[in-house]
Formats: sequence, structure tokens, C-alpha cells
Amino acid sequence: MLKVEEQTPVAFSSELLAKFDDVKSRYPEGKQKSALLPLLHLVQAEFLWVPTSAMDKIAEYLNIQPIEVYEVATFYTMYFLKPQGKYALEVCRTGPCCLVGAEKILSHLENKLGVKEGEVTADGLFSFRGVECLAACGYGPVLQISPEYTFYENLTEASVDKLIEDLKNKS
Amino acid sequence: MSRKLLLEHINVPGINTLEVYRQKGGYRAVEKALKTLTPEEIVEEVKKSGLRGRGGAGFPTGMKWSFLAKPEGVARYLVCNADESEPGTFKDRYLMTYIPHALIEGMIVSSFALGAKVSYIYVRGEMMPQIRILEKAIAEAKAAGWLGKNILGTGYDLELYVQPGGGAYICGEETALLESLEGKRGNPRIKPPFPAIAGLYGCPTVVNNVESIAAVVPIINDGGDEYAKIGIGRSTGTKLISASGNLVKPGVYEIELGLPVEEFIYSDEYCGGIANGKRLKATVAGGSSVPVLPANLTLKLANGEPRLMSYESLSEGGFATGTMLGSGGFIAFDEDQCIVRNTWNFSRFYHHESCGQCSPCREGTGWMEKVLHKIEHGHGTMEDVDLLWDIQRKIEGNTICPLGDAAAWPVASAIRHFRDEFEWHIKEPVKSQSQNYGIANYATPIEKAPVTEEK
Repeated sequence: MLKVEEQTPVAFSSELLAKFDDVKSRYPEGKQKSALLPLLHLVQAEFLWVPTSAMDKIAEYLNIQPIEVYEVATFYTMYFLKPQGKYALEVCRTGPCCLVGAEKILSHLENKLGVKEGEVTADGLFSFRGVECLAACGYGPVLQISPEYTFYENLTEASVDKLIEDLKNKS
Repeated sequence: MSRKLLLEHINVPGINTLEVYRQKGGYRAVEKALKTLTPEEIVEEVKKSGLRGRGGAGFPTGMKWSFLAKPEGVARYLVCNADESEPGTFKDRYLMTYIPHALIEGMIVSSFALGAKVSYIYVRGEMMPQIRILEKAIAEAKAAGWLGKNILGTGYDLELYVQPGGGAYICGEETALLESLEGKRGNPRIKPPFPAIAGLYGCPTVVNNVESIAAVVPIINDGGDEYAKIGIGRSTGTKLISASGNLVKPGVYEIELGLPVEEFIYSDEYCGGIANGKRLKATVAGGSSVPVLPANLTLKLANGEPRLMSYESLSEGGFATGTMLGSGGFIAFDEDQCIVRNTWNFSRFYHHESCGQCSPCREGTGWMEKVLHKIEHGHGTMEDVDLLWDIQRKIEGNTICPLGDAAAWPVASAIRHFRDEFEWHIKEPVKSQSQNYGIANYATPIEKAPVTEEK
């Protein structure tokens, strides 16, 4: 749940604000609130989560009330309202993926990383969670890694192990 | 080989680039539409084609377009629904990944037909790679003069933008999508007014699925009449089917509507049969929301005739013995799969995705999830099955949007066709934790109904 008192000060770089301006220009005059979802994605790509202070700044930027940002950020499941691992793994756990072994992949990740769903590993590198259908049912089990949302298909326990090793070596 | 309209060139290297797409005849429909046809003529061609909405509802696209209000001095919008989230459906992802210009070309023609000067493609947020692909393709098209001001010197202006969603199944419902595009929570609106009268920013709006919009391209190139010759009856044209589950070759296939279901599952041209040499137990033919059918009713109608992949044949027999084509998300279950567990899984999905506006859906989906969890984990009672039936009936038809129905139907159909499997879980609470009920008689051929003499 959203804790409004949780304030992590953030600064928006001029590059980020330039991206904001580009997004805002896509909508007719007076309808700039439409930029809200894309802006939240941009913030999350930058900070790997969406702190409340960033939401306040977005509200200021779009000239809307902070509550209008909070209600959106809490409604949609993609926005992380608390810090995640550097690599946030999201495994599809809906019907078709479960027919081909998604549940095993989830429990394997829990063992492999030594953390429960939603927790971050001690080195800060990984967190994972089960998410609902990612629209890749024919290639299941699948997982995606934010913030780039790179996609991994036809997972096996061995391919998950390799993926984790690769990511560890990369960082 | 059946006829391909959307995926004809899918295996051509570089078809995702404007250059190769053009070499294969791409953007001909834009030239034809903008230079030789009036918007009314395009709408007429789409009407003649018999194209029905490919997102799931199957409403005739041309008719939807003709409802669009055209008040003087008010902007009109075309919004493409690429919020593909229905479990079992992944065709739009495929199309956008491999042949993005097909969607962009369709968007230009359709926007011209509807008189939209600004159009949006609302893509589910998880599909960031596809969003990047589309944005690149749009930039290519714009640089080549297919988008922007005065396209092909015809005086028609169009800007096309990609809008990411935030991860909410409900935004696939068109009014929830519009709310989301306006930067709000995805709560469906009460209809009327329909989007054709008051949609995005209160302006007349058409919302169409990715595949519907891409299908406009061959319709304009070859004419609506030619398109209508493909398919069967009122199911005209081709359809992308997303095949998943326990199949030898899951994936996206373009079929001519009217293909026998049996051929789709077992022929090597399509899914190649059930994986690991197992037998088919059940299918969900059109995405998780449509009724689940046992193998025998999947392959044959109640009267013993072959069931076809078409809007009419799949729904033959109503919900008693039929299902729906829906979005074309075809999920196959082999003999080792547990219907109770899958129904519980789907119920959890709908509970998770309910927006919370309507009490029957908000509360009912949670109840169904809990009761199904209880049965699946060996704590169910016989009354629970009746309770489930009762809850789903109280959700269906009692909500603003169809998510309530979509949550109720999988539960209702699972009990209708697989009640003995639910009861086995209750009678065998220990055994059911380590064993599966198996295929039972779900694949037993249906006896052809005896012909009775008319008196």
C-alpha cells in the first residue's frame, strides 16, 4: 500500500524533463493529464520505482492534484511503490503458463534467490513476483525484467539459473 | 495451405522495416484510400467485407464505424486497442513485433475513413519492446511522408502516437481504455453514451482491436467483396488464432474462418497435436473468458457434426454445449491437467483484475477464488459447488462492463461440464492432492442424436 509519509527526495534531470515535454505534446491543449501513465513509466525507468515525492513532482508538472497521481499509481500493477531489486523479475502465473510449468519456475526462483515474492536479495540485485497474463501464452513459461521489460520465453529451471548467473556477472 | 492476408509476408527478412514492407506492396492501401476513395466509400468497403471485431466481441467493424457521430468542429478519434491481456491471447503482440507497419498502414486508412486527425495506439505497458518497435516504425513512416502534414499531397493530416498502459486487464474494455488514456484509473464507463458519441475527451471515438485495424489493409487493397468470399457464412475473412497450452506447436496461426477444430489441433500445418503423445481433455477456444469445453464437445457439435473455427460454429448449442470464438485464444489441456486448479487460477486472475466499481464483480470474484481454492486444496464440501454456481449467476449480467460475465463463464462452464471432477476433489480430499482426476469420459465420442420422425 501507498504510504504518503514515505518521502525519498528525488531530482528530475533535464533529460528526463525533456522526455516529459515530448510526451506532453502528444495530447490536445488542456488534456495533459493523459501524459500521466507514460510519465510514471519514465520515472520508474529512471529510479527503478516510483517514490511518493516523484508523484508529487509529476502532479506539479501536469498541474493536477497529487491525489490524482496517487490513485493512478496504486491502481495499475506495473508501478512499484517500494524499491525493488536492480532486476525485478516478473513471472507470469496465469492459466496457460501454469499448464506448462510456471508454478515450478516461481518456486524455483524462491529457492534460488533465497527470498520470498516481493522481497529484495541482500545484494540488492534481484526481486521477483508472480504477475498475471503477459500475453505470451504460446511461449510459456515466461518472465520479464523491468525496467527494460526484456522478455524470456520457454523457461526451464536450467534457463532461469543461467539467466540469474548472466545478470550477476553483468553487474 | 490456407490463404494468408495478415501474415503472408511474415517470414520475409526485414519485413519489420518500411523498406521491405514497401517492396512487398505495403502502403498500397494508403495510396488507394487517400487518392481514390472517399471516407464514406472506405466505410462501405469495410461493411461489405463483413469484418467483425477481432478483440473478442465480434461486432461488425463497418457498422461500428458508421455509428460515429460527426458534429461540425468537434475532433474525432481513432484509438487502437492493443491492451492485449486476455489469458490465452498473444496474436497482437506477434503482429506488432514482426510486422508493425501492417498496423500503422491500417491506422492511417482507418483514421482517414473516420476523419481522425490524431490517433492513438494504446499498448499494454508490459509490451515495452513492442512500444519501442511501433515508435520506430511510426518515425520511419513519418520520415517517408506516410504520416504528418499533407500526406501524399492530399491535404490529409494525421499524427499517430503510442500510449503505454499501466498493467490492468480491465483497460482492454473500451471505455476503461479511454479513461486510462485520459490519465485516470481504468474504471469502465456506463454506456450509453457510447464512445461513438462521447469517447476520448468527450469526443466521438472509435476503438478497434489491432487485428481488426490490420485487416482493413487487405480489405481496401482487394475490396470488401473479395474479403467476404473468404471464410464461412457470417464469419468472413481470416483470423489470427493464438494457440497455447499442451500442444506440439503452440504459436500464432492465421486461419480461414471455418477451419475444422480437429484439423487445427491435429494437423501439422497448425498445432500438430497434443504434446508428449497425450490425449486432449478440454479446450478454452477463445481466451480465458469463454466457456471451457471437454474434448468431445470441442471437436464435434452435440449432433455429431464437426465443429468449425467460426463465430457461429463455436457458439453452436449456446452455453449448454458450445462456447465462443472470442479473441481467438485457443488453450488446450492434456489428460493430466486439473480443471479445478485451472478454474481456480482463472478466478484468481479475474479477482485480481476486477476494477472494484461494481459490487457483484468486486465481491463475487473474490468469493469464487476462495471457494475454488478451498476445493482444490481438499477442504471443499458439496455445498461449495452449488455456492459457486449461485455466485457466478449473481455476477453475470449485473455489472457495468463484461468483466463480470468473463469471470462467471469459466466457473459456470467448468461446473456444467466437469462437475464430477469437482465432486471427486471433495470426496477424495487426500488423493486429489497428489493425483489428477484424469481424462475420465471427456473425450468419449458423442453419439449422434437419434433422428426422430416428424409427425
